[in-house]
Amino acid sequence: MSEAAVMDHAVVELQESPLTPESWGKLGMWLFLAGDAMSFGCLIVGYGILRHASSNWPVPKEVLGINLTAFMTFLLIVSSVWMVLALAAIQENNKPKFNKFLGLVILGGLMFLGCQAYEWTHLLTHRLPEAGISFTTSLFATTFFILTGFHGMHVTGGVIYNTCVLAAVNRGRYGAKHVEIAGLYWHFVDLVWILIFTFVYLL
Amino acid sequence: MTSAAHSSSAYIKIFYVLLVLTVAELAVVYMGLPKLFLAGALVVFAVWKAVLVAMHFMHLKFEKRTLAVVALVPFVLCVFLILMLMPDIFPH
Repeated sequence: MSEAAVMDHAVVELQESPLTPESWGKLGMWLFLAGDAMSFGCLIVGYGILRHASSNWPVPKEVLGINLTAFMTFLLIVSSVWMVLALAAIQENNKPKFNKFLGLVILGGLMFLGCQAYEWTHLLTHRLPEAGISFTTSLFATTFFILTGFHGMHVTGGVIYNTCVLAAVNRGRYGAKHVEIAGLYWHFVDLVWILIFTFVYLL
Repeated sequence: MTSAAHSSSAYIKIFYVLLVLTVAELAVVYMGLPKLFLAGALVVFAVWKAVLVAMHFMHLKFEKRTLAVVALVPFVLCVFLILMLMPDIFPH
């Protein structure tokens, strides 16, 4: 790109979006994520208050088990790193490397969902009945399934989103700018899981 | 734009820090510390990890300050939410 073109580009972008140097899309994603963070914030605060107000709250790590979820946390953190490497690859215009890493991100998301499906099934059929907790009458079970379910829906959405981005990049419609915005969403999902893992499983 | 700051090795470094913090979380849980100390340690580790992800992976560190303000809004609102619910949490 010539210097004149760079200058031109910078001026246009500045007029387009005074808030972010790159794009409106990024600002839009951040605004969405701020709203989404409020949704998760309300659920987590609600969970905290119900737990505080209950006299017979079970010890989460004894009922839920934390080894599988520790692995799930690891999966999301690794997939976040893959996302970052995918972005770096597309910024270098290295499509094969980009395909590899974004493919790994999608695979990591699918594996996370698989683990969660296994965990939920195991909880509903074994651990919760053994602990004498019923899904319909326990605040512990209700808040747990709402929180992890809401997050699981976000991961599902992220897998679909990333798959669409992978397809769009390979058809030449999307560039590094769009991958970065998808990355923001994926890292946010990772970030929320870090908090859920701590507040719901460990604490 | 800020590709120098976004080098892959820097990201790998952040990954290792996140990994160590996760292991540390598990370690304090398995050590069976007193409840208050355990809760304090876990909250510090979790917030630390969340800030690392937001600052480095989500590039907040390299963005304009306006975006950081956008990102901070939900946390401020959550503090208000907790304050508003205080009468329910600690009824007299």
